[in-house]
Amino acid sequence: MAILETQELTYTYSIGSPFEKTAVDHVSLKIEEGQMIGVMGHTGSGKSTLIQHFNGLLRPTSGKILLDGKDIWEDKNNIRNVRFQVGLVFQYPEYQIFEETVYKDIAFGPKNMGLDDNEIKRRVLETANDIGLSEELMERSPFDLSGGQKRRVAIAGVMAMEPKVLILDEPTAGLDPAGRDKILEHIKKYHERTKNTILIVSHSMEDIASFADKILVMNKAKLFCYDDTVNVFARADEISKIGLDVPQITKVFGELKKRGLDFGKEVFTVGYAKDLLIRRLKEREVR
Amino acid sequence: MKNIIEIKDLHFYYEPNDGDPLPEDVLKGVYLKIKEGEFVAILGHNGCGKSTLAKHLNGILVPTDGKVIVDGIDTSDESKLFELRQTAGMVFQNPDNQIVSSIVEEDVAFALENLGVPYEEMRKRVDDALKAVNMYEYRMHSPSQLSGGQKQRVAIAGVIAMQPKCIILDEPTAMLDPQGRKEVLAAIHRMNREMGITIVLITHYMDEAAACDRVVVMDKGDIVLDDVPEKVFSKVEKLKEIGLDVPQVTELAWELRKAGYDISPEIITEEECVEAIQKLFS
Repeated sequence: MAILETQELTYTYSIGSPFEKTAVDHVSLKIEEGQMIGVMGHTGSGKSTLIQHFNGLLRPTSGKILLDGKDIWEDKNNIRNVRFQVGLVFQYPEYQIFEETVYKDIAFGPKNMGLDDNEIKRRVLETANDIGLSEELMERSPFDLSGGQKRRVAIAGVMAMEPKVLILDEPTAGLDPAGRDKILEHIKKYHERTKNTILIVSHSMEDIASFADKILVMNKAKLFCYDDTVNVFARADEISKIGLDVPQITKVFGELKKRGLDFGKEVFTVGYAKDLLIRRLKEREVR
Repeated sequence: MKNIIEIKDLHFYYEPNDGDPLPEDVLKGVYLKIKEGEFVAILGHNGCGKSTLAKHLNGILVPTDGKVIVDGIDTSDESKLFELRQTAGMVFQNPDNQIVSSIVEEDVAFALENLGVPYEEMRKRVDDALKAVNMYEYRMHSPSQLSGGQKQRVAIAGVIAMQPKCIILDEPTAMLDPQGRKEVLAAIHRMNREMGITIVLITHYMDEAAACDRVVVMDKGDIVLDDVPEKVFSKVEKLKEIGLDVPQVTELAWELRKAGYDISPEIITEEECVEAIQKLFS
């Protein structure tokens, strides 16, 4: 069953004012439990507005949003519970750190959920381990840490609530390549342990290619596509037309195809490209 | 061509608090010369000292030891600070931190007003600067209505209006989406090509560096590689070791070479990669 579902979800900002704008326009989609999903779309495409509906930060102008098959707005008093089940990590989450120690900062969410101390401790230490923060750091002030570490503390704070769905808005923005890979690896580790559903917003199709089962693309307030990673990459041309970045390697194989060298497969990682080319070159040698 | 930037044995550390021991140098004896009109990218992982180096180029920081000379001005000479800042302009990562006015053209004129530039000339310089970054039609807009890429171009126009010889950009595209990145990069390349402004571009994006004349790689407070992009990116192992990437096409060529195929290690563009693969299969 779908963990999250939207039915004709529509959201219009500033209704009745000169700035009225429909940011999400009749979007219907089903997100299956346990998947890792990449979310793309350029600035103003509606992707941020869409994800803010997933945990009830915004209420649809029309249409529905279902969590575990249940309309989240059916009972307004239930919204707090929805926010525990769908965790949202904003862009640059390190700006939201406020506690005295790393431990307390990560424990803040679980504590608000009313969990007992032992359970809180288990969750804080497990998520800290997933995200690559050592136990020695737990009693340090988060403000003494490096930028990358602070970001991981902030992410761990949401992970420790063990939400059924974790949504991260550009978790790698502003990091260097090593920091980028590290954060994605740690998120994957958390995913392997918990098997929870994860949505990651990213501008980098190269990053998305490294983790996503499926990709959701928004364009001009509408759902442009929501499909398996391979199928989305097969539409590389259309995707670059709507202002998104297609991996260099995908463009290279697209161009080769145009020039008559068709490998019959969508290529979006260097590792895959290498294996494919070597295999074909070897076949030629045999012949 | 003469050197517009000359850095000699630059050492720097941030002053410790009272009583704390002297910290390790952030910059450990950097030597660098940049010619007038060059387009140089500086790469390095977070904390390698590249932003600290950039801040030395217009006197935001001054050397603990060694010398930084920009267009003949010694950056340690406080009496020449104004002149220095007009020669070398700086653009930072976050566009929202750099905009001061509520109307685009006023923002671009801000520094000129402070310098007391006469009205007629100011009008012309502001218009030219906005045209140079393709933001002229937005001159009467409020910056709050602009996208990140547009705001960043307004910030760049503010620097161009000062008619600097050299512009230093510290990760100007890090917070932008692909479209915004393209717009800002196009503006930077145009300034270099059409106005001959020297560009120092600090970036984490390998494709941005691949499009420059020269790439300088920093690690642990010093320069470890300095060459044309083809040569720098062909050092795949070295770059990976210090936590940097290479463009995907370079990595693919490197992998194929390792597997024993005859392919150039100096591939940095898609076109070169496509042609090289075609050759392998011909």
